[in-house]
Amino acid sequence: MNLTGTLFVAALGLCLAAAPAAVLTPRRARPLLAGAATTAAGLAGAAAGVTALSGQGWSARLDGVLPLAGVRLDLDPLGAMFVAVTGAVAVCAAVYGVAYARHGLDGRVAQATPPLFVASMLLVPAAASVSTLLVAWELMALTSLLLVLAEHRRRAAVGEAALWYAVMTHLGFAAILAGLAGFAALAGGETFEQLRAAGLPPGARDAVFLATLAGFASKAGIVPLHVWLARAHPEAPSQVSALMSAAMVNMGVYGILRVGLDLLHGGPAWWWLLVLGAGALSALFGILQAAVASDLKRLLGHSTTENMGLVLIGVGAAGFLASGGDSMLAALALAAALLHVVNHSAFKTLLFLAAGSVLHATGTRDLDALGGLRARMPCTTALFAVGALAASALPPGNGFVSEWLLLQSLIHALPTSGVAGAVTMPLAVGVIALSAGLAIATFVKAFGVGFLARPRTPGAERASESPPAMIGGMALAAASCVILALAPATVLPGLSRLAASLVPGSGHPPGPVPVSGEVTLRLTGYEGTISPLLIAVALAIAVIGLLGAVRLFASRRARRAARLWDCGAGPMSPRMEYTATSFAEPLQRVFDDVLEPESDLDVTPTKESAYLVESVRFRARIPDRIERRLYDPVLAAAGALGRAATGLANGSVHRYLAYGFYALTAVLVALAVIW
Amino acid sequence: MIGLWRKIRKTGRVAEPAPERADGEVVPRAAELGGSVQIRHVDAGSCNGCEVEIASAFGPVYDAERYGARLVASPRHADALLVTGPVTRNMEVALRRSHEAVPEPRLVVALGDCARDCGAFAGAYGVVGAVKDVVPVDVEVPGCPPPPEAIVEALRGLTGR
Amino acid sequence: MTGLIGAVSQVVLVAVGSPLLAGLMRQVRARLEGRAGAGVAQPWRDLRKLARKEPITPHGTGWVFRLAPLVLAGTVLVVAAVVPLVTTLSPMDGVADLFAVTALLALGSVALALGGLDTGTAFGGMGASREVTVMALVEPTILLSVFALSVRVGSTNLGAIVTSAVHDPLEVISPVSLLAAVALAVVTIAETGRIPVDNPSTHLELTMIHEAMILEYSGPDLALIEWASAMRLSVLLGLLASLFAPWGIATAGAGLAAVVLGMAALVIKVAALGVLLAAGEVFMAKLRLFRIPELLAGSFMLALLAVAASFFLA
Repeated sequence: MNLTGTLFVAALGLCLAAAPAAVLTPRRARPLLAGAATTAAGLAGAAAGVTALSGQGWSARLDGVLPLAGVRLDLDPLGAMFVAVTGAVAVCAAVYGVAYARHGLDGRVAQATPPLFVASMLLVPAAASVSTLLVAWELMALTSLLLVLAEHRRRAAVGEAALWYAVMTHLGFAAILAGLAGFAALAGGETFEQLRAAGLPPGARDAVFLATLAGFASKAGIVPLHVWLARAHPEAPSQVSALMSAAMVNMGVYGILRVGLDLLHGGPAWWWLLVLGAGALSALFGILQAAVASDLKRLLGHSTTENMGLVLIGVGAAGFLASGGDSMLAALALAAALLHVVNHSAFKTLLFLAAGSVLHATGTRDLDALGGLRARMPCTTALFAVGALAASALPPGNGFVSEWLLLQSLIHALPTSGVAGAVTMPLAVGVIALSAGLAIATFVKAFGVGFLARPRTPGAERASESPPAMIGGMALAAASCVILALAPATVLPGLSRLAASLVPGSGHPPGPVPVSGEVTLRLTGYEGTISPLLIAVALAIAVIGLLGAVRLFASRRARRAARLWDCGAGPMSPRMEYTATSFAEPLQRVFDDVLEPESDLDVTPTKESAYLVESVRFRARIPDRIERRLYDPVLAAAGALGRAATGLANGSVHRYLAYGFYALTAVLVALAVIW
Repeated sequence: MIGLWRKIRKTGRVAEPAPERADGEVVPRAAELGGSVQIRHVDAGSCNGCEVEIASAFGPVYDAERYGARLVASPRHADALLVTGPVTRNMEVALRRSHEAVPEPRLVVALGDCARDCGAFAGAYGVVGAVKDVVPVDVEVPGCPPPPEAIVEALRGLTGR
Repeated sequence: MTGLIGAVSQVVLVAVGSPLLAGLMRQVRARLEGRAGAGVAQPWRDLRKLARKEPITPHGTGWVFRLAPLVLAGTVLVVAAVVPLVTTLSPMDGVADLFAVTALLALGSVALALGGLDTGTAFGGMGASREVTVMALVEPTILLSVFALSVRVGSTNLGAIVTSAVHDPLEVISPVSLLAAVALAVVTIAETGRIPVDNPSTHLELTMIHEAMILEYSGPDLALIEWASAMRLSVLLGLLASLFAPWGIATAGAGLAAVVLGMAALVIKVAALGVLLAAGEVFMAKLRLFRIPELLAGSFMLALLAVAASFFLA
């Protein structure tokens, strides 16, 4: 076993050992033990991913583990990247979780499940056969479902969210199962090698791709299969939200890449235009919902849908360009998508962990009730600011670099990709731009309303800084954001190589990497450079220079503290501050037709006169329009069917015996006719 | 649009030529401002007569802006408070706070007879007193209401132009 | 070496000249309104005075409020060093392309919006909310215009785009260029808060966008913001001039004389654009806030047409 193998097995072993250990140890030591083991496992997993990505692959075959098929593992570069990301996210979440567990999450199940969840997410990208993948996938679904349910005794919404999640994830699983089982049956074998070698008829290829796309897209929270995400991610404990939103959703992207690009070797252009379209829709819809959301964790959940959408725009563009034969640009788009996966994982981990800190310090996730945390939780505020900067894709944040690469790949695609490209690419650029703009609005709102100004409720007033372990977890995530932002070259070469080798038709050995350069990133074959580090340095020099100039030339008068300008009246109560809802109101108005907000107004007049008002109640809600149009009718129909079926079961034993008799007869008759 | 253009052409310049300044002296505390005075207007209980005259002082004919004076929206941006009317009880605290909100160096111009010594409202039950009873006053402009020329003259005493 | 001198000179020119541009525009407006006007140097007098005044930190504000003016001005200075105004040879050219430039300007607006939110006043929040709304809607137009302009050159690096326009002057009157120019002009007006999107000289808080965010700033902080706003306007006007009328700009192989010529050309072009903008504002009223999206949607369509034209005419 080589280094990669040793590390990977160590990671899995630590996870699998941590679970029973957490069950057996006393409550007080449990979080520390589970956290330490998961941290170590995450580190080992990340290291295994990095070594595998840098060329030292590893594969194993354990025939005895699963009946009939056995387990096959293979850490190739594609899987390794996702293993590395999962490991890194697990480290941050586990460090954070040690302190977070104090808030009623130190039960046996709540502590034993996270290591298993991490193990399953390490296994999914390492699986090299259909059965292994499906088992790991189901393990991932079950462990995450358990974790979503962790706080079900405290809030009623948890149960509903978990139900949605359970149903959606299993429908997704069924789609993947159908697609991959069919694929394996047609290929005559279930290992990925056999699948790669199989030549499927076009119709079957389409069916396999569409079925697996639906399943994987639902895991990635892609519209219209996103409805579970914005429910389940906020209701889970925050370090689990981080794991789900920063690591688990990536598995959807992994699946699409694995099946579409690796096993099926790319496909017709329409597959990828479909992917691109779904990505564009998700990006816009996700960020629009986030822009008008006032629940901090829900906002972050919607933003995950947006970012996965951006990733799929890149993946779709890559597949589309590769189908047109432009493998260099395809590799660029893919590298951008992969970098965005990494970036998103880094900042989403940070943001969810910070949101968890806020939730525990104040007892609420409602932005309208927060505020004033800058003075009360300085570290959390500063760390959230780093994450928000990254998520709004502004320099010098890491999100900017990947979006820049994505835009470059789309822009350069225009002249060569025919009319389909000429229609798609500008619209995709428009979508990315609008989602970037709305992301800025969203995160200005999240940071500005949630953390700045004055506290809006007593809960926010009483907030205090989180314990060191929680800050440590967030700081790790923030550090990776900063590194990715200033020196993307630490990960880009590996990702570019991976992208270049993954693009179908790139040949062996794959072509040159699409992006290169240490400080200044340079596109290969196209003119385009950017230097995130130098932008940050220039900005820092300018700001420091200005500070010096102000000190030197400006007022010698001391800075004075004064009361806020309240037009001479006052004092201004916190209720006069702008809230998240009021902040988003202009956007809500502009996108009124898309969002279809609902509001109702109840005016109760006094008894004496109809013109005197006793009380006014105003309620506004922005429902998920897709859910309303797509899911509600189905749910209503299922409910109606259920109610109709109750008429069949009226409790009479005779009737049930009769059903049994008729059913048996029908089967026998049918068999008699067929045979 | 063409119509508006014609009107602009036909009207030409309506600003009256700047009169010579009689004494040419500058309020000492305003010397530091160097030809730029931002003004926040506070109506402490005026009958709106002074407001009408302020509006014409900043209108095209008298064009107080040409001397470097400008009305601003926030006392934080201001150098001078332009207070009109006797200070009523309801406006006393507001006036103090407005004054407090202005960054140093800050000046106060009491505009009109009411602001100087309560004018016709002296001794009225709702009046606290003149402006100088509430905040320190640097410049007083007499008149009920003061003509725009007098307002412009006082402002020129602040800007020094 | 010429590049470095050019870059430094354009930063200095922007830093020194921007308040004069603001003064010129106010003067033009005053003359068209029949006034005498305060003179072109008035904004500089205002800045000098503000710098001498006392800075005030309102209760309840913190480092975000303090940092915002510095970041706002810092982003504009960096942009002024990057974009080709005097020369296309800026050593910073490869550091940031047109996407990065728009993102940097957005960063400045974000800083100011956060500064407004940090005060916790209703007006601060209102200004911030409106500013980011307009910014979100402007973004697609900017990026699509960039797209349209970059197709012909095959690069989004500003130096490359401008150099290509210098070498092929007829490109400037191509439909792509004209459509993109109109789209970017609308964007410039929206980004710099001019009429009809925002009224820079309004005193009515309820109609404010930019001004509402800065109601709490005073003294040197306010001076920085005013200065940065002026610089933003002149950088964006200068960028428009360089993209669509790149004559006189110092390109590869140029000497010091070309840099001087470039500076003169920049001053003339930006002044002309400023006069045009100020004169145009006299004829217009501010749009209602919720009519602004329609204006921006229109400019988005123009940008989309520009991209389509760039494909079908190529």
